[in-house]
Amino acid sequence: MKFVDEFRRRDLVKKLQDQIAELSAGKQFKIMEVCGGHTHTIYKHGIEDILPSNIDLIHGPGCPVCVIPMGRIDDAIAIAKSPNVIFTTYGDMMRVPGSDGSLLDARAAGADVRFVYSPLDALKVARDNSDKEVVFFAIGFETTTPSTALTLKRAKDEGLTNFSIFCNHITIIPAIKAILDSPDLRLDGFIGPGHVSTIIGLRPYQFITQKYKKPIVAAGFEPLDVVQSIYMILKQIADGRCEVENQYKRVVREEGNIHGLRVMQETMELRPFFEWRGLGFINQSALKLRPEFEAWDAEVKFEIPGVRVADPKACQCGEVLKGVIKPWECRVFGTSCTPETPIGTCMVSSEGACAAYYNYGRFSMAAQRRNIQVSDIPVIGEQ
Amino acid sequence: MCLGIPGQIIEFVHETNQIAKIDVNGVRRNVNVGLVLPDGLKVGDWVLVHVGFALSIIDEEEAARTLKFLESMGQEFKDELDELMASQIE
Ligand code: SF4
Repeated sequence: MKFVDEFRRRDLVKKLQDQIAELSAGKQFKIMEVCGGHTHTIYKHGIEDILPSNIDLIHGPGCPVCVIPMGRIDDAIAIAKSPNVIFTTYGDMMRVPGSDGSLLDARAAGADVRFVYSPLDALKVARDNSDKEVVFFAIGFETTTPSTALTLKRAKDEGLTNFSIFCNHITIIPAIKAILDSPDLRLDGFIGPGHVSTIIGLRPYQFITQKYKKPIVAAGFEPLDVVQSIYMILKQIADGRCEVENQYKRVVREEGNIHGLRVMQETMELRPFFEWRGLGFINQSALKLRPEFEAWDAEVKFEIPGVRVADPKACQCGEVLKGVIKPWECRVFGTSCTPETPIGTCMVSSEGACAAYYNYGRFSMAAQRRNIQVSDIPVIGEQ
Repeated sequence: MCLGIPGQIIEFVHETNQIAKIDVNGVRRNVNVGLVLPDGLKVGDWVLVHVGFALSIIDEEEAARTLKFLESMGQEFKDELDELMASQIE
């Protein structure tokens, strides 16, 4: 088997770079990459450096760790501290700060918090510890929801009664809609999520092209994928087209994964509303377990505070998540907020815009360009 | 947890639980293949795995590309592989 070699790729990127410059000449474009995986690629591989400066990439809300509101972290910690509980979570969630510390802090204080690779690993913990209540902290968009759903069905089939799920699954479409409705931001197009689209397919994005008249291109995660999808968006605009296009045909199918959608349907239903960090309450944007699965629902099994907690004053994650400010424009970026001591969520996950920018972006040419510009313009209200 | 890792199906382990053994870079672990079984999954196929679940069947070239891309990520990919290694899905 012959694989596309690096040279050919570099050639392709160069060609796309020229075409992008040509298509965008003389105009300003704001393109949002919805997914945190793309944000990571953009900063790590210096995509901004090869784009003309009139193209602005805005980082969207598609990093599940970043958008979890503080109150839900507090709820998770309350469950973890309940007697006889083993609380299991994806490693990424361990360091997300709640209003009084993180799950990692709770563990240091004696709670049994364990990180797991998969919800099925949490199920095994439950099987191996039948005298304990094992809770899984389920988070994520449609990429991880079917996994939780299948785990839930298996727990039911096995009759595992000491296992439950603290469900925080969210759906991407209402978030995109909230951003399109937000008056703060004028976008020209979207780089659509890759893996989420594997599950939901392309049809749910049609409202973006039909109602809001913005192009969207579902994209893969390699640098070439991202550059190519930017080209495809600009080409649509230049041609006067507005479509849902698929750059990631290698993995994403038009209809999505029907089986995945079905198990989500079977096990979960929409919540009337759910809070997103930075975006506030969004209607029908999250899932909870169906009443038939009540026996495995941690929100039914445990007393949880369920209090809405405001973000710390210094934190500007909300504005970053809406793309209103760039990570480096946050007052605490890189000073009191770093990946080692995160204040906000966007600094925790490597897919968060702040962490990605802190780790890679600040060394880029684009950053240097920006620094020169920033020092020229005094910023009002900054001491 | 958001990285999709390519793995090759080595054998089917448990039919009702829809568990198969995959090989990722020499690491062999069990994953759930319930989401891709209806697509006619067979031994030798490559799949993209998220949190212990195969999300889609991919071809060999895509698997190699993705693996190469993940390797370029360095530490983050290593961490993800470590987590996969610690996984004990049955
Ligand atoms: S620097 Fe920290 S507090 Fe500021 S937006 Fe980023 S993560 Fe949030």
